[in-house]
Amino acid sequence: MSKLLTRRYIDQIKVMFGKEPAKPKEISPAAQTIHFYKKNNRTEIEQLKHIRAHETHKSHKWRNRRWATLIFANLLFVLSYYLDIQVLEGSLTASRFIGFHMADLNSALQVMLAHKHIITNLLIGTATVLLLWALLGGRTFCSWVCPYHLVAEFAEKIHLWLAKKKLVTDQPMDRRLRTVFWIVFAVLAVVTGYTVFEAISPTGILSRALIYGVGLSMLWVVALLIFEIFFSRRAWCRYACPIGLTYGVVGIISPVRIKYKLEGCFHEGDCRKVCLVPHVLDTVIKGRAVEPEVALGPDCTRCGLCVDVCPTGSLSFDVKGLSKLL
Amino acid sequence: MSENQNTPAEPEQESGPASKPAAKVSAKGAPPVSRERQRQGRRKVLRTILLTGGVLGAGLSGYLPLVYARTNRLRPPGALDEKEFLSSCIKCGQCVQVCPVNAIKLADLIDGFGVGVPYIDAREQACDFSCDAVQCILACPTGSLTYEKPEFLPVREGAALPQKPTLIAKMNDPEPTLNMTERMGVARLTRPESCLAMKGEGFKGQARGPDFKGTMRYIAVDRWKPIPVADHPYDLELCDLCMRECPIAGAISLEKFTGPDGKTRARPIVHENCVGCGVCEMICPTEPASITIIAREVWQS
Repeated sequence: MSKLLTRRYIDQIKVMFGKEPAKPKEISPAAQTIHFYKKNNRTEIEQLKHIRAHETHKSHKWRNRRWATLIFANLLFVLSYYLDIQVLEGSLTASRFIGFHMADLNSALQVMLAHKHIITNLLIGTATVLLLWALLGGRTFCSWVCPYHLVAEFAEKIHLWLAKKKLVTDQPMDRRLRTVFWIVFAVLAVVTGYTVFEAISPTGILSRALIYGVGLSMLWVVALLIFEIFFSRRAWCRYACPIGLTYGVVGIISPVRIKYKLEGCFHEGDCRKVCLVPHVLDTVIKGRAVEPEVALGPDCTRCGLCVDVCPTGSLSFDVKGLSKLL
Repeated sequence: MSENQNTPAEPEQESGPASKPAAKVSAKGAPPVSRERQRQGRRKVLRTILLTGGVLGAGLSGYLPLVYARTNRLRPPGALDEKEFLSSCIKCGQCVQVCPVNAIKLADLIDGFGVGVPYIDAREQACDFSCDAVQCILACPTGSLTYEKPEFLPVREGAALPQKPTLIAKMNDPEPTLNMTERMGVARLTRPESCLAMKGEGFKGQARGPDFKGTMRYIAVDRWKPIPVADHPYDLELCDLCMRECPIAGAISLEKFTGPDGKTRARPIVHENCVGCGVCEMICPTEPASITIIAREVWQS
């Protein structure tokens, strides 16, 4: 990895914790050439843009794959219990996959902090899941498994529809809030001795509701969704959820990421419009890419919406090392 | 109102970089910020505080049930003491899944921090150890339900069982005991005045009526499969259901005595072997149950 990419990557970690992405101070000569070339071919690009605008480019390949995976994973929990097939027992907070212990990283962390005693099974479960998501991309958990992500996606569709009708406007918040929440809930767990966050975690509540039946705690999930529809787009996932940050940290070392290729990009920003975490896509803004190829930061949920929406194929899934090998 | 009137004028301020009457240059030489931007920034801060308050309020509201009601739930076998139980439970429900009689349920929102934490409603469905081996303890991934407490957690006086409980269903097995060291609670004859045995009355029919959903293992019927209590009617001259169905050896007995009317009556006596599983509470045919489990109760001699 070049020095510039390393610097950018470290900056992206800061961005995950809440820093606003900034213009890069230095851009590699190779990327500069492309930026320059684009500047001088504005009319040609405008023409291409115009032609492109009349084409309907609609692919839902990654979204469909992701939804299928998400539904399958959650269905496996439900069916394991109802049909007693014992493939994936438990719920998303902790489970056993054909006998192997798995524990959600954030839930396990909360329990460890609150209880201050770690038994072997919990350690095994946590390590297994840590390894799994380190390989698969960290926040991949959010978009590919978390049931709240799916319902929030539907709520987002309603929000965007209402916003188009000018009935609601998105009220963005300070992204540093999520880091604050992460710290506050960790401290609360240590100080109170209760897993405070687990009581309001919509991921846990929804997962249990699916498997063991709906209860009153669903009211909290509904309240969050209403807040997201009428007030702030995807507020929970963007500004609040400590689970996302925990998995984001795991994503720092993950080889699975979205890769951006500067050359073909029209800088129209469609990807940023569909993205849950647009700050990871700051590199697609005209003049921002530091190298001809840039990997997105760890806060990216690897949901693939940008890959689907990109008309030029400038964004793609990439496995570090593997692509070179093939 | 004044805010609304101002709004249309503001975009002009932003579009024309030259006209910036309210522009403020910070000491560090950052680019000037328009009044609208400042206002947006302030609103963003307010909203952020709102969300912070909402989420933290919701989170800490979990304290309310603990402060006010303090519902004393009967927890599954091998549960740590309440405070530690709530802190260590990861709320996954694996104990729910392994229970052959579905005795374990997960608590709802009204339990505060106890939401998603397992409990047993003994009157609805008691733990009758149909699994033979306290499967829920085996399933627990965090040690909330445990065979052996870690050393730093004290055992309350009287919570420890005198010896490992012997399961009547396993009497003829090479290993007839259950791997439990502490009791879940203690059975008490809380309503002696309504107890059929205390009144010298018998019992005929289904213990809890035809609509009762609870299940239990009857060794005489099927050693391995629990059946509905409603499918197992009784015909007793003197009611002894609590003693008859108690799964633990030597936990409960009936002491016969003669009542003032000259009839033979019996008094259920709970012994130190009682683990607090709740089968007596479930099977008790009076409404409400004459014998109940006091959750978390210790044995006091």
